Amino acid sequence: MEVLIYLVPLALTLGLMGLGAFLWSLKNGQYEDLDGAAWRAIMDDDSRVARIDERSSVAHATSKSAEH
Amino acid sequence: MTDLRDFSHFVRHLDGGIARMDLAVEGIRCGGCMRAIEDGLAEIPQTIRARVNMTDRRVAVEWRDGSVDPARFIDCLSELGYRAYPYDSGRSTCDEEQEMRTLLRCLGVAAFAAMNVMLLSVAVWSGNVSDITPEQRDFFHWLSALIALPAAAYAGRPFFHSAIRAVMARRLNMDVPITVGVLLALGMSVVETWHHAEHAYFDSALMLLTFLLVGRTLEQAMRRRTQAVAGNLAALRAETATKFVSAHELRNVPVASLGPGEVVLVRPGERVAVDGVVIDGRSQIDQSLVTGETMPVGAAKGSQVYAGTLNISGTLRVRVSAAERGTLLDEVTRMLDRALEARTRYVRLADRAARLYSPLVHAAALATMLGWVAFGASWHDAIITAIAVLIITCPCALGLAIPAVQVVASGALFRSGVLLNSGEAIERLADVDTILFDKTGTLTLPEAEVINAAEIPPDRLILAGRLALASRHPLAAAVARAAKAKVPLNAVEEPGQGVCGEWQGIELKLGRPSFCGAERAAEAIVQADPEASAIAFQYGTEFHVFAVRQRLRSDAVDIVAGLKRKGFAIEILSGDRPTAVGHAARMLKIDVWHAGMTPADKIARIGALHAQGRKVLMVGDGLNDAPSLAAADASLSIASAAHVTQTAADAVFLGDRLSPVAAAIMIARRAKRLMRENLLLAVAYNAIAVPIAILGLASPLIAALAMSGSSILVTMNALRANNLPGEPQLWKC
Repeated sequence: MEVLIYLVPLALTLGLMGLGAFLWSLKNGQYEDLDGAAWRAIMDDDSRVARIDERSSVAHATSKSAEH
Repeated sequence: MTDLRDFSHFVRHLDGGIARMDLAVEGIRCGGCMRAIEDGLAEIPQTIRARVNMTDRRVAVEWRDGSVDPARFIDCLSELGYRAYPYDSGRSTCDEEQEMRTLLRCLGVAAFAAMNVMLLSVAVWSGNVSDITPEQRDFFHWLSALIALPAAAYAGRPFFHSAIRAVMARRLNMDVPITVGVLLALGMSVVETWHHAEHAYFDSALMLLTFLLVGRTLEQAMRRRTQAVAGNLAALRAETATKFVSAHELRNVPVASLGPGEVVLVRPGERVAVDGVVIDGRSQIDQSLVTGETMPVGAAKGSQVYAGTLNISGTLRVRVSAAERGTLLDEVTRMLDRALEARTRYVRLADRAARLYSPLVHAAALATMLGWVAFGASWHDAIITAIAVLIITCPCALGLAIPAVQVVASGALFRSGVLLNSGEAIERLADVDTILFDKTGTLTLPEAEVINAAEIPPDRLILAGRLALASRHPLAAAVARAAKAKVPLNAVEEPGQGVCGEWQGIELKLGRPSFCGAERAAEAIVQADPEASAIAFQYGTEFHVFAVRQRLRSDAVDIVAGLKRKGFAIEILSGDRPTAVGHAARMLKIDVWHAGMTPADKIARIGALHAQGRKVLMVGDGLNDAPSLAAADASLSIASAAHVTQTAADAVFLGDRLSPVAAAIMIARRAKRLMRENLLLAVAYNAIAVPIAILGLASPLIAALAMSGSSILVTMNALRANNLPGEPQLWKC
């Protein structure tokens, strides 16, 4: 039964990781548009969306560097 | 026009020099729309982020602050074929959003803890019948306590807070027995674990919290969705006004940013966006949305005008004012307040159950304890058994019984075009036996229509429609709609007369019959139908006269007949003239109708029906209907109605048809039946479980099985509210 010493903390850690993932996704706004997510899953990636993603990451990077 | 628009009220300035605006967009239907909008907005080089929210039908745009006029995004969307309006993300939505997040976080924590504790409990239960040692059992119990206590302290907060508030106010609600049950279960389990006992109820307490939080979250999700749609509706009505920022400079601003004393310009064909006093100009005003009267009234310097009325003929300058004493608006506001105060607070099914429930359950627990002591059991055993009774009766199924039905029913209502303002409205709608309709804008369509379009040669109709596009007069707009005209003709508007233009060398005129020399034909039309207005079209030397009037909703006759067959008593209460109301009543075969009613008369009529023991549903749209909507047992309003009126109503319905009224009643009746069934199921569950607990046989395993079993049963039953009878079978239900 000594194995419990490893198994119980392991089970709890895994559970906490799951909870952490849920809380993170909640904070990240993953549940704000459930209908839209259903459609986004079947949309093709394409250059225009990629371009805007690039622009947004640049903007966020510059805004971050501005804060520092 | 473009340069006039001022969206600064709607733009939020985020950190890092980024500006953000939320837009409510009409016509987003599928992933394709979402794609087209996001790609289209990404084409504007200054866009940093454009994201569609399909659930709320909104678009969030972010750009580098000051780099682009926000109007550009709206123009871009209109080029793509979507009408977009800035959405005022006010404080209330933020609160709702926050509440939803808190509940979801609590639910996440409770579910996580319940799963882990259950895992340990299963080990203990199987160990109890095989070879677990007392040390191992204690270890598992202490581990459960370690998980359960902090989790319950966190996830139980919504219930604890509400219970404390209720007790402070010397009331009882469902959260009081929930809190008592959870705290006792946890406390007893800790004490039992301390004494190396065989049973602990950590899993029951957490499972209870999880199921109840599911119920709360569902309820909140329903409220959020209703609010999102209501917010979009407000934005889509585009409440903007043209404000004088200086003597000669005009700006288009949102109505929300206007204050008393400011001066706005109202052009012909525009809706007056504010309540105020005319300081310059002369016009005819269509007040049907306010008074129900379809005849336009004159307005000149000094006249009071109301938000929602339609300016027909002249340009007006209006000084914004708060409701002044003695005006119609003031009277309506006062009556509305009084009606809301007097509204016999309907006791919700859930609250009625709660009032019965908690004394009963607590008495049963007490009796159990005393009974066991009387039969010679130790105090310790008696208290443990009594707490087991409390745990097993904890209103798990009861907490889900009503929210689950409400959510499913509000989804069904949403699909048939009805948006609820509150969940309890379902229960009140289900009790209704008398329906009172307003006429103007409710039984009839809010916009006037050409009724003799078929008698006019199609090519002339199209020309008239194209010419009509040059005018903003409501009668001309009706002609343009009838002709489905898209391409305007070059035309000159003669104020108060009509428009004239030219087509292939032939002179065209559209306007007053006298303007086109068609008085005699117009006379005949007005004689035949006193409610119709005539607008004439001259093509060279020949002329045609269009008869324009408000038409009944296309399915009004069928729906009224269907409701009568179902045994509802139906009446019309209108502020319009007797001839007009009588005509509509004859068409709809409604025997009881009242014309020329003031808001006070309508309330008096509802009071008289109440005195006869009737449950009244009021359906209306005008500002004058607002007090009676609040006074009735249940009320429905229309998406195009005045803002005050929508707020006073229990639900709002969309579209040009009357069928949502019938659908709302039928769905509500079905939902209420399911709520009753669910409560009965919960009672039946208790009838079986309580004797087991009183006999002291409620082990944690039995408690877990009983709790989850009853919750699942109740939820499954609630889902039946979803298979709503389709349109053709609507009447069978």
